[in-house]
Amino acid sequence: MIERSAVVEIIHAAVKEVMDQAGLPPPTSLSDETVIVGPGAVLDSLAVVSLIVEVEQALEMKHDVTVTLASDKAMSAKNSPFRSVGVLADHVLETIKEGGVHG
Amino acid sequence: MVEVADKQVVLITGSRKGIGRHLAETYAKRGMLVEGCSRGDAGWEAANYTHANVDVADEKAVKHWISGVAKRHGRIDVVINNAAIATMNHVLLTPASTANRMLEVNVTGTMLVCRDAAKVMMRRKYGRIINFTTIVAPIALAGEAIYAASKSAVVTLTRILAYELGQWGITCNSFGATPIMTDMIKGVPQDKIDAVVQGLAIKRLGTYEDCTNVCDFFMAPGSDNITGQVLYLGGIT
Repeated sequence: MIERSAVVEIIHAAVKEVMDQAGLPPPTSLSDETVIVGPGAVLDSLAVVSLIVEVEQALEMKHDVTVTLASDKAMSAKNSPFRSVGVLADHVLETIKEGGVHG
Repeated sequence: MVEVADKQVVLITGSRKGIGRHLAETYAKRGMLVEGCSRGDAGWEAANYTHANVDVADEKAVKHWISGVAKRHGRIDVVINNAAIATMNHVLLTPASTANRMLEVNVTGTMLVCRDAAKVMMRRKYGRIINFTTIVAPIALAGEAIYAASKSAVVTLTRILAYELGQWGITCNSFGATPIMTDMIKGVPQDKIDAVVQGLAIKRLGTYEDCTNVCDFFMAPGSDNITGQVLYLGGIT
C-alpha cells in the first residue's frame, strides 16, 4: 500500500508542474491546507483538471497504480474531494483502497 | 520509469475486421506501433501489432487497456475510434435494449477511449484523435435512426473535445465514410445501398483506401491546426 507521504509528494509535484505549465509563479509553500478548489485556490478550474490527470498519471507511472479520481461518487460529493492538498491525498488513498488496480 | 518508444503509437478500436483491421495493418506495415482492440480475439497477426480483448463500453477494461499501452510504450500519438455497432431497424420496432447498447458502444465507448488516451497524450502535448461517424446521419437514412443519432453524438462530442483538449496539442476530428462493403452493412438490402450511392456526388462505394487517406490527412504533422472538423466522403456535408 502506498504511503500517504508519497501521495502528498506526488500532489505537491503535480501542483508545481501545473502552475509552471500555466505560467504561474511557483507556490511559496505547500501544505495539507493549501486550497485547490474554491475561494483562495492556487489553481483555476482548468488547472485543476490538469492536476487530477497529473496525479493519476504519476500514480500509474511511479507506483503502478491505476485509479480514476473523478469518479461518480467524487464528482457528486457535497464537499469536493479536490478542495485541498490534504483532502485530495486522503481521497487518493481512499480511491486506491476501494479498487485501484495495481500493475 | 517508463521508457518512451521511438515510434508513433496508434490505438485503433474495432481492429478485428473491416476498416479497423485495414488501418491497423496499414499503419503497422508503415512501422508504427499499433495497439488494436475488439471484443474477441483478432484472428490475425502482424509485426508491430498488438491486440487486446476489450469492450470499449466497459470503463474498467478501457482504462486497463490504455494504461497497459502507456506502460509499455510511454506514449500514445493517435487514436482511431472505429469500433461501433449498428442494427438496421425501423424506430417503431427498436427495443430500448438495442438502442442503449448502441449508445453505450458508439458514444460512451468513444468517449472513454478518448478520455483515457488523452490523459496519456497530454504528457507529450501531442495527439491526434479521429472518431468515426457516418454519412447516414446527415442524409437522415430511414431505418438507421438510433445508429445515426449515436454518430451525430460522436460528431458533437468530437467538436467539443477539440476545444477541451486543444491546449495540450491534441486535435480531434470526425470522419464519415460512404458505404463500404463490410460486415456492418451486410444486412442492409442492396437496393438501399444503391439508393445511397446514387445520392452521392461521387457515385461509388467507399473503399478502405478512402479511409486511410482521410486518417493520413488528420494524422499529418501539418494538420496541427485542423481540429473540431467533420469530413464526409462523396460530397455529403
